[in-house]
Amino acid sequence: MDSLMVYVYQIAFSFSILILISLGLALIFGMMKVINLAQGEFLMLGAYFCVLGSNLGLPLWLAMFAAGLGVGLVGVIVERTVIRFLYGRVLDTLLATWGISLFLMGIVTTIAGPQSQSVPSNMGPVNFGGLNVPGYSLVMIVAALLMLAGTYAIWRFTNLGLLVRGTMQNPEMARALGTNTSMIYMFTFGFGSAITGLAGALLVPLFGASPTMGSFYISKAFITVISGGPWPLIGTVSASGLYGVIDGVVSYELSPVLAEICVLFVAVVMLRLLPQGITGRMRKGI
Amino acid sequence: MAKFLQRLQSPSGERPGAAWWAFVVIASLILALLPQTLGLAQLLDLSVVLVLALLALSMSFLWGYIGILSFGQTAFFGTGGYVYAVAAMNFDSTTLPFLLGIVLPMLLAAVLGYFMVYGKLSDIYFSVMTLVITLIMNKAMRATSGSQYVVGDVRLNGQNGIPGVPPLQVPWNPEVTLFIDHVYYLAAALLILVYIGLRLLLTTSFGRVMIGIRENEQRIELLGYDARRYKLLAFILSGALAGLSGTMFAIWGNFVAPEMFGLDRAAEVIIWVIVGGKATLIGPIVGVGIIQYLTSWLGMQGVGQVTLVLGVILIVFVLAFKDGLVPTLGNLLLRLVGADPESRIKKGSDLEKGSDL
Repeated sequence: MDSLMVYVYQIAFSFSILILISLGLALIFGMMKVINLAQGEFLMLGAYFCVLGSNLGLPLWLAMFAAGLGVGLVGVIVERTVIRFLYGRVLDTLLATWGISLFLMGIVTTIAGPQSQSVPSNMGPVNFGGLNVPGYSLVMIVAALLMLAGTYAIWRFTNLGLLVRGTMQNPEMARALGTNTSMIYMFTFGFGSAITGLAGALLVPLFGASPTMGSFYISKAFITVISGGPWPLIGTVSASGLYGVIDGVVSYELSPVLAEICVLFVAVVMLRLLPQGITGRMRKGI
Repeated sequence: MAKFLQRLQSPSGERPGAAWWAFVVIASLILALLPQTLGLAQLLDLSVVLVLALLALSMSFLWGYIGILSFGQTAFFGTGGYVYAVAAMNFDSTTLPFLLGIVLPMLLAAVLGYFMVYGKLSDIYFSVMTLVITLIMNKAMRATSGSQYVVGDVRLNGQNGIPGVPPLQVPWNPEVTLFIDHVYYLAAALLILVYIGLRLLLTTSFGRVMIGIRENEQRIELLGYDARRYKLLAFILSGALAGLSGTMFAIWGNFVAPEMFGLDRAAEVIIWVIVGGKATLIGPIVGVGIIQYLTSWLGMQGVGQVTLVLGVILIVFVLAFKDGLVPTLGNLLLRLVGADPESRIKKGSDLEKGSDL
């Protein structure tokens, strides 16, 4: 019984981390078919904004939300100054976002220094089905689920969400019907960045903040988004589910690095069979 | 003068003319005579530029001529280095390890390439997957610090890398090992051979099909060529080149470390190629030189933030100078001497875009 709960906990935790680090990337990819290679640095910026807010005296949860907003703003600036000129040139966007990634890493190292910083969560262990686990990791699991639910609600039930989905499915038609698609792209990029920033801030109490922390997460985030395919929400949930199970079990039984190698192996074989990802063949989705 | 410059810019599908051969001979002579004037330290710096230029060529060949953007050339670079290091420390001779350092990355490229090319991954999936592969190999290599990770007699040492990689022996006389200036000559010779080889390969029908894939993959397939086969072969060839570069890097520094697979190295390869000019073969070599000397100069200035500057360079080149320095400056030079930079290219087939040294 105990060992079963260990697996449930490990899988849920891996799943939530995958959701956190890849949802923002998946939204941007689903909308613009652009992989933001600066995803890791957006996580890193979120973490640093959170540390900064907390040093300024904000309560931790408020600092996290401020971090999300701050990174959202950075995302909007990046979209307006660089990405906007490169729509339709997918590979150039990859290169330009890689440049942004290097730039952000360099500038944060210059300002904050290369050492790692952290903010404690002050949460003790919690009983989880007869298992003692860090309370904060349960917060992460809940936060990931809330983030999914929130994105779904905005996408599905608001007017803005309707415009976003319409633009995603058929940008020409959306433009013909009077949607300002350029603004929708800007909003989606900003929204995806804000979610990523919030995720980065949520990682701080467990893993800290350092200028190169992004490179630790991006390989998993890229695999999840690519395996998920064109529909961001269904794709992220299904790919995170698949890789969460592999990652949770293998990193508990053997080692986290081996888990990542297993995930890569499964991804390479799966993309041979489903080159457009899990949701590649779906004609409708969200 | 104007005519000579124009002749140099012959399109890549055409056989190179006398002007191009003259350029190669002059460049080889300069490379051969440089050690007479340089000190050992400068020679060491120049050698690594030549070694890394092989890596840059492996990428620009794929990206500029076949149109495959692989971010994972460092995976084969690192594999080549580690294979040579481990094999050379286990065996008595270094000839076999040198060959293994090329063949094993080639096999790795064949396996990975099969899954990605025959899976018909889209451009962006291909680029990102190759990046993920090199990142995970980097992580895996970093995790090998425990004493249980031993290949033969060699500990992999994780983060710290493997020091004391044996220098290359002369195959027919194992008593003699290559010293700094010999490594320089070997690197220069390899680079010139690879440069000539790639240039001639592009003039064969095989090379022309590859350029055709860059221009219009669908049309090539409709003409009856199996584009996947050509792409896979090109990927394997570039894996071999990157492996050769990694092997030479291990020989040059007597040292291998997980940084060979790292994100920083992968970014540098992109920057060399895009700064020099991706659709040329000479551009990436120039790019390596410029960026290598720039980063070491920046390091000495105490700026310390090399990544920041490299990031800005990458953004600026993607947004404003997509073709890179060599084509941009080449066209400028042609205009200055009063020649029309487009004329030769128009005379060639209308497929040709790149101006190619």
